Amino acid sequence: MSGRIVIAGASLGGLRAAEQLRAAGWAGMITVVGDEPHMPYNRPPLSKEALAGKAGFDSLAFTPKAGVADVEWRLGTAVTATRLEEGVVVLDTGAELTFDGLVIATGMRPRRLACPGPRDGRHTVRTLDDAQALRAELMRAGARLVVIGGGFIGCEVAATAVGLGAAEVTVVDPLPLPMAGPLGELLGDALLRRHTDRGVRFLLGRGVDGFQGDARAEAVVLDDGTVLAADVIVEAVGSVANTEWLDGNGLDLTDGVLTDDRLRVGGLPHVVAVGDVARHPNARYDAVARRVEHWSMPTETAKHAAKALVAQLAGAVPLPGPFAPLPTFWSDQHDFRLQSFGLPVLGRDDVRVLEGTPDGDFVAGYHRDGGLVGVVALGGAPAAVAASRYRAQLLGQPVLASHGAPR
Amino acid sequence: MRVIVDMSKCQDHGQCVFAAPDVFRMDANGRLGYVSDPHDALREEVEEAADVCPLQAIRIEG
Repeated sequence: MSGRIVIAGASLGGLRAAEQLRAAGWAGMITVVGDEPHMPYNRPPLSKEALAGKAGFDSLAFTPKAGVADVEWRLGTAVTATRLEEGVVVLDTGAELTFDGLVIATGMRPRRLACPGPRDGRHTVRTLDDAQALRAELMRAGARLVVIGGGFIGCEVAATAVGLGAAEVTVVDPLPLPMAGPLGELLGDALLRRHTDRGVRFLLGRGVDGFQGDARAEAVVLDDGTVLAADVIVEAVGSVANTEWLDGNGLDLTDGVLTDDRLRVGGLPHVVAVGDVARHPNARYDAVARRVEHWSMPTETAKHAAKALVAQLAGAVPLPGPFAPLPTFWSDQHDFRLQSFGLPVLGRDDVRVLEGTPDGDFVAGYHRDGGLVGVVALGGAPAAVAASRYRAQLLGQPVLASHGAPR
Repeated sequence: MRVIVDMSKCQDHGQCVFAAPDVFRMDANGRLGYVSDPHDALREEVEEAADVCPLQAIRIEG
């Protein structure tokens, strides 16, 4: 097999795709294009250990496997367009690269609030550069932090800031509980109490109308008229898929890029997508295609997609079976950890305490049609171990046979 | 093959145990133990374990 595979995106998904293409036997050229200047690095510590100064920013780089030593890395370069049928990607330098196979791994970027007020002084947490800039500001004595968004990133940043000794830490969210969107009310309520006990203030059920300040945002204005003075502002209001460069190819780009159950894109044999930009069905659950922003997904999708891509380029049959991972994620906040297995969001309306009680360490089970679809542990390491004992049950569900086009 | 876990990085996530149960294990308190010289036949699962470690604390030599 010769020719070139281009991987668009040089974060974890891009790195794992390169490694797994080699593992699947691709001996041709591999070119990885990424807009950040850095080699792939680990993002979860950016809101936790690295922001807290417990891990150096220079310790976050992944160690690529020996098999990818000959991969060409074009860093600090964005892909701006592609002509998939023709096998061409266009770079921001104006140069064009031809490809025989393409891996879409361009990930997400933080969503930004569009409300009025200065942009300067408002942080997001996605990249190494973002986290370094935020840490510099949080380290100023007496800093008052306002975090907009009570999801995972927002709550992790709030917890880290408390640990760093910030004078005031306030989380604002239009929803009535933190993290309740993916986890439901039982967990949202338990998390709210834990954060409040540890010094985080929550202003819930309130949105943001704008920002005050001259050159720089120095206060957040809420929709009930409250004005929150802030030395540091973090926007953690979700993310947007980096798919604009795929426009004009007839793809479904409504939320990330739609794939089939082998992670192939647009019915094309030579284009696959990996990581959180991929909206894919999971045969373990149903035919609904979802984007999953867990850390485990780039590695899982890359392994599957690389096999499918190399098999197709080699004209080999059969292809690997449908993609059916058991999702997992964690979140470290203050002195506790959330550990999830399965897809709790599917069972958000039927949550039962399986072990412990919600005022201490506990394990919650999420059910759909009476069956267990996810478990979440909240607390210390023994709770996480207890949750992991349900993995066999979660893995025991039959994987559906191949579907047609995902809904 | 030699397996080295940087225990100063390890935070007991246990993902390695799911990927390579013949090599890694957790005690009831959630602390990691592992075989440092597993048989070469286990290479694929050890590599998987190294990939899925959230702290990237697992190194494979030889």
